[in-house]
Amino acid sequence: MSTQQQQQEPESQESPQDPEMKGTESPQQERLREKQEGMVDDHAEKEAEAEGETVHIKVFRYDPEVAAKQEPRFDDFHVPFEKGMTVLDAVMYARDEFDSSLTFRHSCRQAVCGSDAFFVNGKQRLGCKTQISDLEQPVRIEPLPHQEVVKDLVVDMDHFYDQMHAVEPYFQDEDTPDPADLEEQRQSPENREKIKMSSRCIWCGACMSSCNIAAGDNKYLGPAAINKAYKFAMDDRESEAIKEHRLRILEQEHGVWRCQTQFSCTEVCPKDIPLTEHIQELKREAVKKNLKFW
Amino acid sequence: MYEHDVIVVGAGGAGLRAAIAANEAGADTAIVSKLHPVRSHTGAAEGGINAALQEGDDWELHAYDTMKGSDYLGDAPAVETLAKNAPEETMNLEHWGMPFSREEDGRVSQRPFGGLSYPRTTYAGAETGHHLLHTMYEQVVKRGIQVYDEWYVMNLVTTDEDDPTDRECHGVVGYDVQSGTIEGFKANNGVVLATGGPGQAFDHTTNAVSCTGDGHAMAYRAGAPLEDMEFIQFHPTSLPSTGVLISEGVRGEGGILYNSEGERFMFEYGYANNSGELASRDVVARAELTEVDEGRGIEDEYVHLDMRHLGEDRIMDRLENILHLAEDFEGVDGLVEPMPVKPGQHYAMGGIEVDENGQTCVSGLYAAGECACVSVHGGNRLGGNALPELIVFGKRAGRHAAGEDLGAPEIRTGYGDDVEDDDTELPVQPGSAGLDTASGVAADGGVAAEAEGMLERAVERERERVDRLMDRDSGIQHSEIRSKLQQAMTDYVNVFRTEEGVKKALRIIRECREEYQNVYVDDPSRTFNTDLQQTYETRNLIDVAETIALGALVRDEFRGAHWRKEHQERKDDEWLKHTLISWNEGDPDIFYRPVILEGENKTYEPKERSY
Repeated sequence: MSTQQQQQEPESQESPQDPEMKGTESPQQERLREKQEGMVDDHAEKEAEAEGETVHIKVFRYDPEVAAKQEPRFDDFHVPFEKGMTVLDAVMYARDEFDSSLTFRHSCRQAVCGSDAFFVNGKQRLGCKTQISDLEQPVRIEPLPHQEVVKDLVVDMDHFYDQMHAVEPYFQDEDTPDPADLEEQRQSPENREKIKMSSRCIWCGACMSSCNIAAGDNKYLGPAAINKAYKFAMDDRESEAIKEHRLRILEQEHGVWRCQTQFSCTEVCPKDIPLTEHIQELKREAVKKNLKFW
Repeated sequence: MYEHDVIVVGAGGAGLRAAIAANEAGADTAIVSKLHPVRSHTGAAEGGINAALQEGDDWELHAYDTMKGSDYLGDAPAVETLAKNAPEETMNLEHWGMPFSREEDGRVSQRPFGGLSYPRTTYAGAETGHHLLHTMYEQVVKRGIQVYDEWYVMNLVTTDEDDPTDRECHGVVGYDVQSGTIEGFKANNGVVLATGGPGQAFDHTTNAVSCTGDGHAMAYRAGAPLEDMEFIQFHPTSLPSTGVLISEGVRGEGGILYNSEGERFMFEYGYANNSGELASRDVVARAELTEVDEGRGIEDEYVHLDMRHLGEDRIMDRLENILHLAEDFEGVDGLVEPMPVKPGQHYAMGGIEVDENGQTCVSGLYAAGECACVSVHGGNRLGGNALPELIVFGKRAGRHAAGEDLGAPEIRTGYGDDVEDDDTELPVQPGSAGLDTASGVAADGGVAAEAEGMLERAVERERERVDRLMDRDSGIQHSEIRSKLQQAMTDYVNVFRTEEGVKKALRIIRECREEYQNVYVDDPSRTFNTDLQQTYETRNLIDVAETIALGALVRDEFRGAHWRKEHQERKDDEWLKHTLISWNEGDPDIFYRPVILEGENKTYEPKERSY
């Protein structure tokens, strides 16, 4: 987004895994190659196809249950390149054609389900909206740092969800309108505009994974949850009393004041949400509220 | 074993709404979903929610537009229920905090959409589905409704009387993706399927990878017929390389379609002289492909959608998301150049046959949302009518499953005295490829069987099936079968269909079925085994694809989204009826039920559809 944020780019983050880029073929891929070598018919064609331009990806592998994968490592895949290919396309190709045990979350392929946030060449990105041609090869694809790895690129999201839930992420004024009275609440276009960016969050977890503070303080609400709270706190449709209640949640010890404005969350957000700015604004709101009562 | 009153399978718009309604009706409710709720495909919906909110508009106009759009294959009681309830449900979402786009006076904005006689599409930018999904998930969190996320439902637990209308659904068998555990979920009152669309049966689709028709296939195998499956909507504006959707909102705001000659072909070639780009989706999709077939396409593949003239302010206000999609997935800046678009599989009008209360002919089994067919969309769904369907019928299904009395339905389900049999000769014997029955049949013996015993046996069967799949160390992998199936459907059961092509598709589907008997799972792990899950999903896709192709074969007319080369006319004398396909011990049984055109105050007389 702004140049200010770029200047604030965080120091390169360390991969949670062994940074050694040693590549090995996966057992499945090895088996497939053996099969292919033993058969000439249709596989010959597949290899011929693969003779064009390929992309070299190195994918983090780990599976607590499979002996060969208990020791984390990287596997190499050479995937035929097509114009417009994304990181997600490449790992899907590797899975479907080379190694069906390669595991990652993905669903919508259009940057709205938020399930395929990976650590790609040292930065949190959505696999589906990252063009592979924009990246330096070999493209290193790892699970999100600072989260427990379940298997391959899949991380445990429970803590992230817990933090999202901790900010009471739901509209709190009266539940339902009187069915006889079909009237909406009024909201000015300006107020809607104010909360617009915050409402775009897709819960991918990239921001939380990039945040050094969240990495060191497990209780810190983190940028995604605070942004979620911002969406409600700034929405004029909720009453002042509820806004105060929200600010009280946010100004607790592990709330907004933990943020050290490193901008790493803003830097990686795939939806361009100005997370750091939102956190700062809530800090100001919290101060204003307190002054009012002193 | 887990136990709840109501079990909702799927956590998109319909599932969340059903769960909230069942919870409010006092039932102990749980959601079981293969994705975390916020990952559901409802989040990708862009356009908006049709609801007659303003003065000058009313539910009867909405119902009329919907019946016309459906090409007179919608059932009037369902269509009128939708139109009447949409305003209240939309306002309800607003009161739950949904961030709708606003007018200067603070009221929610509405915009024109294809096939609508009034601009009644309420929206939140071009990301309405995202906001709807998150707003409803927030309400689920608020109510503390139990969510089993990343639990894949493998099968339903249903009794197996000969007549499906005597059967009862007692629950589901779930697979915890994270740990590989297989467990029973007992539903004391009912199971609501809200598993979304079957778009992955096609190669070029706007649907998420998770849209594999699981609910369709499970209900079908349990005895509930699938209705009007041949009616697949191809959205006119998807990005050529990925299938990513470009909202109808672009045309709603004034976006223009051009061919390679720079002609505004919707008018130039008379496809829709009144509505142009805002004709209904089936009309526009055919127009685009006709342009390409006649050599006026760009790169022989697509046409251009231009929104530059709308100006940056309006685009940023109402269509910003579209700019990002075009940039990220096609490398095109929509502010300075037109966007490439072509038709892509988008929505299944058909689905599990249900009545207005969401109930199937199997007692205790409900369906809502895209996996269900009430039917509100008939032969063609109008843009902006999917989201109100989710909330209106999701809510009804949830309430009814929780035991609330919603009155007797007017729509009938199952095999009854109002249905007509079919005697079409099929090119292959489709479903009967001797699949091992333990894995194929959802039903279980014994009228008097206790639910718990049934559940345990069903769980045991799935465990055995998983062991079988994982013990094999050679055979064919699901991805190979899946891509063959998807290609066949896109080649032969697409926007334009011929008898020969559809028959070819059926033969390929049959091959897929046979190959599937040798399917194996290469990943030996019990942890997050997506290989196993996708193997299950592929089986479901085969069943669903077969019903789509069968429906497309037997319906020898041209109606809504279903176009047949040999039959260029709508045949109202013969075809004002729904196709129903039920799973008869593995052999698809085809029959028909007349469409209901009598509404509350009037009868919808079929007329020529012109836009």
